[in-house]
Order: sequence, then structure tokens, then C-alpha cells
Amino acid sequence: MLVNMVSAINNALELSMKENNDIVLLGEDVGRDGGVFRVTEGLIDKFGEGRVIDTPLAESGIIGTSIGMALSGMHPIPEVQFAGFMYLSFSQIVNHAARYRSRSRSTFKVPMTIRTPVSGGVRTLEHHSESPEALYSHIGGLIVVEPSTPYDAKGLLIKAARMEDPVLFLEPTRLYRLFKQEIPDEAYEVPIGKSNVIKAGNDLSIITYGTMVNVVKNVVDKKKVDAEIIDLRTINPLDEETILNSAKKTGRVIIVHEAPLSFGVGAEISARIAEKGMFELKAPILRVASDSLPYPFPGYEKFYIPNDRKISNSIDKIMSV
Amino acid sequence: MNKDASKTDLSLFVASFRRWRYKLTYANNKCLFSYILLAVSLIRDAFEGKIQYLQIMDELGNVDSGLFPAELTDDKLVEMLKLMLLTRNADQKAVSLQRQGRSATYAPSLGEEAVNIGTAAAMRKNDIFVPAFRQHGVYFARGLPLHLFYMYWMGFEEGNMIPPEVRGFPMSVPVGTQMPHSVGMAFAQKYKKTGNAVIAYVGDGGTSEGDFYEAINFAGVWRAPLVIIIQNNQWAISIPRSKQTAAETLAQKALAAGIPGMQVDGNDAVAVYKATAEALKNAANGPTVIECITYRAGMHTTSDDPNKYRNAAEVEEWAKKDPILRMKLYLTKKGLWSDQIEAQAVEEQKKLIDAEVEIAEGFKPDPKSMFQNLYSFVPETLDYELKDSEANNFWQGE
Repeated sequence: MLVNMVSAINNALELSMKENNDIVLLGEDVGRDGGVFRVTEGLIDKFGEGRVIDTPLAESGIIGTSIGMALSGMHPIPEVQFAGFMYLSFSQIVNHAARYRSRSRSTFKVPMTIRTPVSGGVRTLEHHSESPEALYSHIGGLIVVEPSTPYDAKGLLIKAARMEDPVLFLEPTRLYRLFKQEIPDEAYEVPIGKSNVIKAGNDLSIITYGTMVNVVKNVVDKKKVDAEIIDLRTINPLDEETILNSAKKTGRVIIVHEAPLSFGVGAEISARIAEKGMFELKAPILRVASDSLPYPFPGYEKFYIPNDRKISNSIDKIMSV
Repeated sequence: MNKDASKTDLSLFVASFRRWRYKLTYANNKCLFSYILLAVSLIRDAFEGKIQYLQIMDELGNVDSGLFPAELTDDKLVEMLKLMLLTRNADQKAVSLQRQGRSATYAPSLGEEAVNIGTAAAMRKNDIFVPAFRQHGVYFARGLPLHLFYMYWMGFEEGNMIPPEVRGFPMSVPVGTQMPHSVGMAFAQKYKKTGNAVIAYVGDGGTSEGDFYEAINFAGVWRAPLVIIIQNNQWAISIPRSKQTAAETLAQKALAAGIPGMQVDGNDAVAVYKATAEALKNAANGPTVIECITYRAGMHTTSDDPNKYRNAAEVEEWAKKDPILRMKLYLTKKGLWSDQIEAQAVEEQKKLIDAEVEIAEGFKPDPKSMFQNLYSFVPETLDYELKDSEANNFWQGE
């Protein structure tokens, strides 16, 4: 099927719900309205109000009740309308979803996939363009994934829905309808914790994910540089092996993400390469990210999100060493 | 107890109708005419947002035979008293272990035993409970091995390995955050058509949390098979009930969510039992909030000195209303209890407690378990940290 990311996720939800009766969808406007991005469109007609549940407007309630369902043998897939509103459920995610298993030594489990749209670039109002993956990866106990293609979105979501762990499934709004891709009709899994080397190369490694994957690809194509591009797909747990192998092979590493620079995923990857592969590097590790600011109003976002010029500049810099 | 809540809302009418039904059940000795009078007055009360209050056994152990639940047999009553005593003795032991440095910070349940045991006695075999953190008696009544309780307070996650037959979940330390879970669990019972209900506990302080309001709101919309027990012990660490909310009762918060709310004397185990049993029976039709009025006779936790913020006169006043005292008075009058019976029960309980503490103190933590139970698998990066510590003997360091 030739689909965009919205349809790929919709299809993954449908297949997962057919496969497992304990899966329910819940969230604000996910039912009749099909979600504000139409990701759950049509599912209420296929599965009924009993499994596609329009909830009251309360994010902590959505995640908290989902945790209760998960602890009772169900597999909820709650949607939080925007990642910026997910902070209202931060306590539930951090205090309970992430640690219920460890604090009961696996006696109790929280099989749950939280879906939420992330990142900007589509001129939304304030609080609608957050990139919070580092926050959630820092906690421990949460699996954090972020697809950049329709194929990965479907495969990762199906995999998440079959796991007994809490998974945070981050959907870049900019990629929802950006392009279509041919993907299998049937259910398939994309492994969690494995990154994807989307282009092999020898001169430098660019490690990225989410909204930045396509931006990086375009810059690399244009510059005709022999870069290896790694799409993380899973932020936590990090695929350290693939990262280190690539870093050691090329000796030059740039990490690119839309989330702000400081204390981010780039810092984590950079530190791991420094700890375990520094003497095989030819140049200092560079990070390209949004500046260390909260996400701005839409009128300013083009000055904020890393663009081709910023990435290109870093490539020139690292290749000149 | 009068309230000026909304007078016209349909949900209030539904709530009032339910309460009216409960009350009819309570007044099982009255004639038809008083039924009708009662019904009319209760419907009016509910429209005015009034909250009903139930007491069956007073401070001197006198019971209202018209309200007394027939299913509470002599054996069951004696068992309830024994469980309240066990709760108090196990509690005392936990405080003493902390004082001796053999256990970490502990939150005592002294004075609140009737809420724990009254509600637990009302649960049916497969009902599920979700505690806050002062429901030790509920665990004991539901058969939790005591060494798990002590292991939890000694600081080991393994204390949360609650056997499935207990039908209960671990405590929730972040106040009120367990409430949305209980609603999701109740939803799951309905979804899976188990016929079971869920009982959730929250303190007076917990009713100020956003999660409490979100939970009762979701529970109302989903008509979740849920009974919410507000264990109002008057104090949230140093904050008195009067500073927690301007609402006259905590039970009336239920009305805003379109669900019935009532108050009971929380030191009267019989009234707590009756209100809970009725609400559980009705759970298939939707949730109920029961505010149990009790008193935290001791400290918030072993790290706290309540003399700093409350006066001795108040504590003495509440001591007269002690839940165990009145149950003993009642059962003694009935010829079911004596000093001799008590001495024997306490001796047996102390033996059990000592044996269970010994098991708990014999537990040897394995640091690897921290890594092995975070996910359904051990990620390579985490495994690296585990092996680093193991290979270099970091866990043996000071």
C-alpha cells in the first residue's frame, strides 16, 4: 500500500486491535473526530465506542487510567493530543508507567503505548511543537521511539503493541503527510532498540532521527559528501553498537536533532562516543540542534529549527579537520 | 452538613435516588410511611447537596440494631476485631523497628484501623484494592504475608511482590496519583466483564490533588465499578482538614462528578463495613465515594513530630473515639470478648509478627535485580552498566 505516515499509523492501530482484543484507544477527540490529525479516523466505526474511547479533557486522567487498564490485563494505546500537553501527565508517566515494573520486581507490568505528535515546522500555535524525547529517555523504564518514515511508523507501532513495556511513540507532525511510501499490507515489526543505517558512507557519520532525517538526506545529496546516515528510530534504549561502529569507521560524527542543543540526545550520544571511541576519531564530535530555547511562536520557527545551511556548515567544519 | 451545590442537575437527581435507596436499605425496620417520608426528605437533601452521615456503633459500643447489617455474624465481628488488633500490633512493631534503625521511615496507621478492616471485610473474594499508603490493615485482612509488608518498609522493592490472591496493588507514595489507576482498573473489570469491583483509598490531603478530581470525573463518565474510600484522618502531615478545602465535606466533591457521596463514622468498623458493602453491591451501576471520618492518632511518619502543630487536647478527645476500644466494648457486652481472649490473641499475633520480621530481615538484596526488572529485556547499554559494577566489585564499596 502506498501511504503517508498518518495512514501507516492508522493501519498499524487497526491491525493491532484486530490481533489483540485487550487493546483500546483512548484520548481527546480520538473517536468520532478521528483525532485532530485524523490518525484514528474510521477506527470507531470498525471497533465501536467500547474500544475507541473519547475521554474527558484531562491528560493525567488519560495516562493514569491507561496505567490502571494496563495493570489489569489490557493494553491501552492512549493518545495525548500534543506533546506539549503531555506535561500534564508527566507525574503519571514518571512516577508510575516508568517504574511500576521495577518497583514490583516484575510482579506488575504496564503494557501501554502512548502516542503523541511531536516537533514543529508546521506553523502551529505555541505549546504544539515540543520535542521532549530526551526528558522521557532520561527517566529509565520508558521505551522512546520516533519514526521518520511510514514504513518504520507502522512496524514500530505494531512491535510496541506486542510488548509488555510502556512505550512512548513520538510522531513528528511535520512527517505525517510529507510523503508517501510503499509498505506491506500485512502486519510486520520494526525492531525496537535498533537504529537504521539509511545510507552507508566513509567520510563522516551523521546520526539523526525524526524530522531531521529528510533534511539531513537532502543536504548530503546536494553536497555529494560520502556520509553515513543513521536514523536512530529508537531513542531509548540507544543502539550504541551501531553508533560506535560507524563512528570508528568514519572517525567523524555529527549528531542532528530538532530538540534544543543543551542536555539533549546529542549530548548523550556524544558522551558515549567520547567514552568508548574517542581515540579513533579524526575530529571533535559536533552537534546540530535547535538553540537552547523553548520552542518559539510559529512566526519565529524558521529561525529556530536546524536548516540545510546549519547542517551544511557543520559538515564543512568537520571535514576541514 | 448542608451544602449549596447545584440544585437542578440531572446527575444530582440520579445520585440522590441512589442514596435514597441505600438509606431505605439501612432503615430496614421502618414502616412504609416512614419509608416514603425518608425518601422525600432524602431526595430534597440531595437536591440541596446535603451529605448523609452513617454511624451504627457509638463510642461506648452501643449499636443501632435497626441499621446493623445482619450478615455480620459473631464470628465475623470477632475476626474484624482481631484484624484491627493485628494491624495495631504490626504497626507498633514497624515503628519500633524504625526507632532501632532496623527499618526505614514508616507511616503508622494508629487509630485508623476501622477504615482498613471495615472496608476489607466488605470486599468480595475477587474485588480489587488500590491503596494510598496508610492501608496496612487492608493488606493484612486480604492475606498479604507480613514479611512483605516489613520488607517494603525496610526499603526493598521485593516487598511489592504482592501475591495475586491478595487482589491488591502496591502503595502509592505520590499523593493521589493512584486514583486514576483505580478508574482504569475498574474500566478493565467492566471491559472484561469480570463482575468485580475496585476499591480505591485516598486521604483527606489526597482529595486536593488534581488526580483525585480527574479520577472521580472519569469514573462518573465511565460509570466505573469503583468505590472510593476517603480515609479522612484530619491531618495531611501538618495541614489540618480545615486548611485543605473550604468544602464542608470531602464526600460532596463526588456530587460535582455526578456520583453519589456519603460520610461514615470512620472509627465505627460496622458502619464502614455497611457503607462499603452497599457501594460494592451497587458498583455495577457506577461509582460511589465514601468519606470515612477518622483520626491520625499518631505521627504522619516516623520522621514527624505532631506536637509541633496540633494540641494534646484534640488527640485526647479523639482517643475516646478509638475504633478498637468501641469494638471491644460492644463485643464484651455481647459476651464475645474478654481480657483473656485478647491476651491470647495478642500473644499469637506477636509471635507471628516476630517470625515474619525475621523472614524480612533475612532478605539479602541482589543488585542485579534492579537492572533485570526495568524492562521485559535488559538493553545492551544497561547490561554494560550492570557488568561494569559486577566486574569491578562496585557493589562491595563503601
